[in-house]
Amino acid sequence: MGWQPIDWKELWRYKDLFYFLVWRDIKTRYAQSVLGIGWAVIQPIFSMIVFTIVFGKLAKINSDGVPYAIFSYTALVPWTYFSGGLTGASGSLLGASGMMTKVYFPRLVIPLAPVMAKLVDFCIAFIILLLMMFYFGFTPTINIIYLPGLILLMMLTASGMGMWLTAMAVQYRDINYAMSFFVQLLMYVAPVVYPASNIPESFRLIYGCFPMVGVIEGFRSILLQTNPIPWDLIGVGSVVALIFFISGAFYFRRMEKYFADIA
Amino acid sequence: MKDVVVKVENLSKRYRIGLKEDTKDTLFGALGSVLKSPFRNLKRLQKLTHFNNGQQNSDDIIWALKDVSFEVKRGEIIGIIGKNGAGKSTLLKILAQITHPTSGRVELNGRIASLLEVGTGFHPELTGRENIYLNGTILGMTKKEIDRKLDQIIDFSGVEIFLDTPVKRYSSGMRVRLAFAVAAHLEPEILIIDEVLAVGDAEFQKKCLGKMKDVAQQGRTVVFVSHNMAAMQTLCNNGVLLNDGEIKFSGNIEDTIIAYKENSQIIFNDIEISKGIFDLKNHPNKQLKNLGVLKALTYCDNKLANTFYPGCSFKFEVEIRNKEDDNNTLFGFIIKTNDNEPIIGINNRHTGDIFTIKKGEIKTLSINLPDFPVYRNGIYWVDFCLGNRNTNYEIIENAFSFEIECFDIYKTANILDPKLNLILNKHATLKLLEK
Repeated sequence: MGWQPIDWKELWRYKDLFYFLVWRDIKTRYAQSVLGIGWAVIQPIFSMIVFTIVFGKLAKINSDGVPYAIFSYTALVPWTYFSGGLTGASGSLLGASGMMTKVYFPRLVIPLAPVMAKLVDFCIAFIILLLMMFYFGFTPTINIIYLPGLILLMMLTASGMGMWLTAMAVQYRDINYAMSFFVQLLMYVAPVVYPASNIPESFRLIYGCFPMVGVIEGFRSILLQTNPIPWDLIGVGSVVALIFFISGAFYFRRMEKYFADIA
Repeated sequence: MKDVVVKVENLSKRYRIGLKEDTKDTLFGALGSVLKSPFRNLKRLQKLTHFNNGQQNSDDIIWALKDVSFEVKRGEIIGIIGKNGAGKSTLLKILAQITHPTSGRVELNGRIASLLEVGTGFHPELTGRENIYLNGTILGMTKKEIDRKLDQIIDFSGVEIFLDTPVKRYSSGMRVRLAFAVAAHLEPEILIIDEVLAVGDAEFQKKCLGKMKDVAQQGRTVVFVSHNMAAMQTLCNNGVLLNDGEIKFSGNIEDTIIAYKENSQIIFNDIEISKGIFDLKNHPNKQLKNLGVLKALTYCDNKLANTFYPGCSFKFEVEIRNKEDDNNTLFGFIIKTNDNEPIIGINNRHTGDIFTIKKGEIKTLSINLPDFPVYRNGIYWVDFCLGNRNTNYEIIENAFSFEIECFDIYKTANILDPKLNLILNKHATLKLLEK
């Protein structure tokens, strides 16, 4: 216990369990479905088509000078990961209540597994993004070396918020009912369908407090060269994401002992 | 010098139970309570994790464990005994670190594994082999360990040809076998086992018991909970008797079982509501409420009685309520001596009778033992077992007792020796053959 939010030593002892949980998530997600892993790209691609028609063509939202399709898809790849990881993590403990009431293991592996597992979908969607870049004639620059950092930030955000939400969802089922609605609202907070440059300069740093803002704008800047890399947004976002992660781990640790009794 | 591996100190655990909410019977009252309900719910949900220490004995708090302390030494096999609701499972869950105690502490020295259920975390879409790995790691094994033991596990399970089939296509029996095979290959220093033995068929239970004996012989520490006193007696060295969350007795297993029987004797006395009529609904060994065997009536020569004589017409009737529609209900009973030695045990599979019983229906079964062959004076106990095609879903041990009173059968004034003649037949004769 004590002041250490995560017992790394214990987590390490159960690394094989973590590995198999991630692997189970990946393996069973599209079991007995016709399209299988194809579902990983259908969601962002169809959203892109709808957004391009509604926001690009009808509402004529500015897209920082690049075709709206690739503008929105570049945002949808990290966003789909984030929303999937967050939804998966927040529902994870309730889904694992059978395990939790019967066996001891570090509970933290449960919400972290879907956050990891969703990376597979992310990679597939990212390959499609590379193909689209090729089609629209974008070539990646040296800045691509920053991309792994952004991916880490994206995972940190999803797991930090995931820990908070899943620990709360065990006690308050409302979280589960609100989740899909909440994630949808968040999407309009993040610059998915519009560029961050539409936000007034004076609100820019407050806006950057949602870590996915930095991630999405970073993706666009690195891959599509819309703007210079938005270090201010990424910086603010990283701090907030870290706060989310650490406080989430503390909250999770505090609630952990009640899980088996109230799940 | 044996060292202490499990040390439990002043352990207490409280739970909050649901209280009935007051309902409003006017429209405005109901409307008001709907509007207020989110606040009420929030308070109720918050109370799940917050206990106000001022209201220690509030109505909706129950103490599952009260100030429990004991020690287990290395290599010791300890049985936790108690009727349902005595706090056994709560104690195991705390030992297994699944739930935290409200107060007190547990000290564990050594790698611990708990087996409160077989097949935890089995995923129906994954194959048998994949589930071995998943379940094994959930139970605390590493991948390397499982790699090493994979062949043994597969061998033990006896499902090798289905190993690459998704578990959802397994029969329930195969699933249990596979799950137990994984659990049986755990090698912890301290093993905590709940009544996993209560599931599965007789053969499977025997296999489990055998495996547990092996574990015991390897000098590992085992904490074991079961209602099966015979299993307890053969496996455990020491016992702890729990009653209403408190330790009533602890000592060697024989004494603990005796203490348990004495302790439940008081309750047993309430079971017989009038001569020969036993209400089993609140029986201390009954696991299901309002289901299963509900009532038993005993007849000696067709008259309600609970005292019998050798060679009488022994009849008993039981009222049962099935938990599901079943055209192959299993009912069996065992008659045991007061020393727990079974002497008669049959079921309707043996006799070839088929019972078709609908869900929820209360049915009466009649069991006849004409010319009752037990000739020894004393108290006898009856166990019941009710099941369906796959499992015995209710076993009531020591459901009721009856007495045999021997008398001068041969009318010779020489009464049969009470130490002999557990069984006899009144037609037995001794004759000198004429040459």
